[in-house]
Amino acid sequence: METITFTGQVFQYLVTGITVGSVYAMVAVGFNIIYNVTEIINFAQGEFVMLGGLIMVFLHVAVGLPLILAFPATVALVTLVGVLLDRLAINPIRRPTVLSLIIATIAASILIKGTAMFIWGKDPFDLPAFSGRDPIIVLGAVIQPQYFWVIGFLVLIVIVLTFFFERTIIGKAMSACADNPDAASLVGIDVKRMVLLSFALSAAIGAVAGITMTPISLMEYDRGAMLAIKGFGAAVLGGLGSFPGAVIGGLILGVIESLGAGLISSGYKDAFALIVLLFVLFFKPSGIFGNIEISKIKRF
Amino acid sequence: MTLRKITVLSTICLFAVGLLAGPALAFEGSYKVGGVFSVTGRTSFLGDPEKKTAEMLAEKINNAGGINGKKLELIIYDSEGDATKANLAVRKLITQDKVCAVIGPSLSGTSMAVVPLAAKYKIPLVSCAASYKIVWDDKESKARKWVFKTPQTDTMAVQAIYTYLKKKGVNKIAVLSVTSGFGASGRGELLRLAPGYGMKIVADEKYGPKDTDMTVQLTKIKGKNPQVIVNWSVGPTQVVVLRNWKDLGMTSIPFYQSHGFGSRKNIELAAGAAEGVYCPLGAVNVSELLPDNHPQKAVTMQYMKDYAAKYNEPLSSFGGHAWDALELVADALKAVGCDKAKIRDYLENTQGFVGQHGVFNFSADDHIGLDKNAFQMVVVKNGDWALAK
Repeated sequence: METITFTGQVFQYLVTGITVGSVYAMVAVGFNIIYNVTEIINFAQGEFVMLGGLIMVFLHVAVGLPLILAFPATVALVTLVGVLLDRLAINPIRRPTVLSLIIATIAASILIKGTAMFIWGKDPFDLPAFSGRDPIIVLGAVIQPQYFWVIGFLVLIVIVLTFFFERTIIGKAMSACADNPDAASLVGIDVKRMVLLSFALSAAIGAVAGITMTPISLMEYDRGAMLAIKGFGAAVLGGLGSFPGAVIGGLILGVIESLGAGLISSGYKDAFALIVLLFVLFFKPSGIFGNIEISKIKRF
Repeated sequence: MTLRKITVLSTICLFAVGLLAGPALAFEGSYKVGGVFSVTGRTSFLGDPEKKTAEMLAEKINNAGGINGKKLELIIYDSEGDATKANLAVRKLITQDKVCAVIGPSLSGTSMAVVPLAAKYKIPLVSCAASYKIVWDDKESKARKWVFKTPQTDTMAVQAIYTYLKKKGVNKIAVLSVTSGFGASGRGELLRLAPGYGMKIVADEKYGPKDTDMTVQLTKIKGKNPQVIVNWSVGPTQVVVLRNWKDLGMTSIPFYQSHGFGSRKNIELAAGAAEGVYCPLGAVNVSELLPDNHPQKAVTMQYMKDYAAKYNEPLSSFGGHAWDALELVADALKAVGCDKAKIRDYLENTQGFVGQHGVFNFSADDHIGLDKNAFQMVVVKNGDWALAK
């Protein structure tokens, strides 16, 4: 047993923190997409992650589809759940207020969790790692190949989303809904369709997060709530509605948790992240990348 | 006679025949025993096998002629893991169903909620939950008169691990635990008993029950160079921590799990990372591995065969707690009949009762009846349990 140097330890904490943070960031991005279009917080966001993991296990391990097919099929199925969530719970509400919509998402999250429990039971499930489990050793720190998949997909999501919102007409239409839904509908944008699209998109991102993290941490039916809380913390830390904010917020949260647990005390791991969150909000209530002027005109 | 009258008459005749033919064995009255388990809800993994085991056992006893020619009538209620429901169920068993004794509840929490009822109505209660506080009154520092329990405690699991480590010449250990009730209680015992066994705890790390990665805690432990790691958790975390341990290349530091690891499902989920991991388990988990001269070999093998035949599912060690509880009560009923005070006295004086989780020896001060020998040290070898040498 070779001993591990202090630098090696810190490097290990950073690597772990960035990986865990990447998952938080993906959840936070999902929160932001829906928030930007509807001004609501979708409390079923963590459930998309859970479904992503469990459906992938079903398709890849139980049915035996190859990875390359099971991955898009899982994302498509979870996207369908996102679409159904909008069509069955969000769209039919006659006089939508921010509060009633948020309550609808809470109800949906309980329903999805319960259904998942009936289908898969309470046991955790495993997924084989995408490219084996032989770790790579850098500076005495151990890096799982799966870590690269998680971080890689976060980068991919950021690139695709940036392109989508800045270069495509639909993406710009969605951003317009975010700025002012009334004005957007006056210029001919179908706001309800954009809401549907936002749910589909964030469900897909949630599914990717779930699929990539399951080989590292397993997945079971009630994992969603905790991930939603962490992802929400990341979104708030970065500034609700800001995509760079969500990514930075997620990574900061992950790294602080990891360093705090490693260098100070693992018992207070969750507290470190929350203390930093409170501290940031105390000095900059709109989050790191948030704009106080914009947040004033938002309803929530 | 009209057709209608014929129908009515023949129905009555059929009922009469049914009533006469019903009981295949003629019993002279019955002994009623109540059971309260968490059959549904979050903790159904405990209550469900307990209920199935108790029903199976009662059927077996009745098929063999009952107890003293009387039928063993089992009345089971579901507590759903809820303390209030457990309390109401036990109250109903005592006041309405008028049972001779109660077995269960399944959880420490629900058991604590019904302990006062046993004392109030002076009825023997044999709990299937872990905490020693169920049978021990800390305030008066004596055993609760009417309450017994069958599962082993954390203390015994820790003693079993420490005894084994001492034998191996280990004295520098790292403790890892989950921040839930199970983990906190186990950690407390690990820390409390360490000096007595000459163990030096060089690291004491924790993680949350929903954590997805324990690389950080393990890296920190790696830096402290312990001889072994002892981990106390249940659920997915105890599997994730094993994978991280293997990934970090720490397999040269042996890994010890608590008795919560006792399911083959965990070995499967660990995807090879469980190889060489130690844990303390009750005999019921490893009946096939026991040597033929082991006192529990016969009862555990029989239980495993019966359970698999009746329910077509693998045995859960939790069902064994209900087996022990009901067999103890059945023994008492056979000896003294349905006299609550006498059943209690009989239970307290029971010696050498061979059960699923150990050989029970009760006394006035010890209403648990087991010691650290109720645990076998087991190691994972080629994806299955093997007795540790």
